[in-house]
Amino acid sequence: MSEQAISCVQAAAGPLVSPSPDAPAGGGTLPTNKKEVTMTLARVGKEAPDFEASAYIDGGFKNVRLSDYRGQWVVMCFYPGDFTFV
Amino acid sequence: MAVKVPELQKLGVQVLALSTDSRFSHKIWHEEELSKMVPGGIPYPMLSDAGGKIGEMYGVYDEAAGVDIRGRFIIDPDGVIQAMEVLTPPVGRNVSELFRQVQAFQLVRASKGAEATPSGWQPGKPTLKVGPSLVGKVWTVWNTDLAF
Repeated sequence: MSEQAISCVQAAAGPLVSPSPDAPAGGGTLPTNKKEVTMTLARVGKEAPDFEASAYIDGGFKNVRLSDYRGQWVVMCFYPGDFTFV
Repeated sequence: MAVKVPELQKLGVQVLALSTDSRFSHKIWHEEELSKMVPGGIPYPMLSDAGGKIGEMYGVYDEAAGVDIRGRFIIDPDGVIQAMEVLTPPVGRNVSELFRQVQAFQLVRASKGAEATPSGWQPGKPTLKVGPSLVGKVWTVWNTDLAF
């Protein structure tokens, strides 16, 4: 991993919400300030909502996306905080 | 779980850990503690969900505490969630049950849905061949002792 400047805050995209189907295609004239994104909620049998997050991996920092792991089985574990058991 | 990762890798499973801590916190936790508990260190990425936006999407973000609670998701190679388990913070996970579920989902997938794993299935135990002829006849191929 090439050594690069590590800034205090590195933006990772977070949830990658695909544009809602009713959004006007091709930059329509409808007001698009409808900020209320229909939040994708994880459900069994449905596609896992994609996201990008900054990660500590192999001693370095990198942004990773869930979709980077398409084609493999993935076990995602959330935990309340570092220094607690996982 | 980290010590079991080689076994999970044999099953072709990639582990991702997420908390609302920063990647810097992950690094220090790893260097100061985890690498001393797990020989060779943690072999999977530790992701930062600062702000809990990802946890929110997965239904595990606790706004009051500002943290992601213990949620575990098994995602298949097509990106579909096959299993989820969510626990409040004081109770830890059971890695053996995770293994069992991964193996069961992999078996079902390999059979293209022709087989199902009944209650209490473990690797080596009989599966059910799904189909109209099985309806009402499960008792001929399965009994409740197999559930335990």
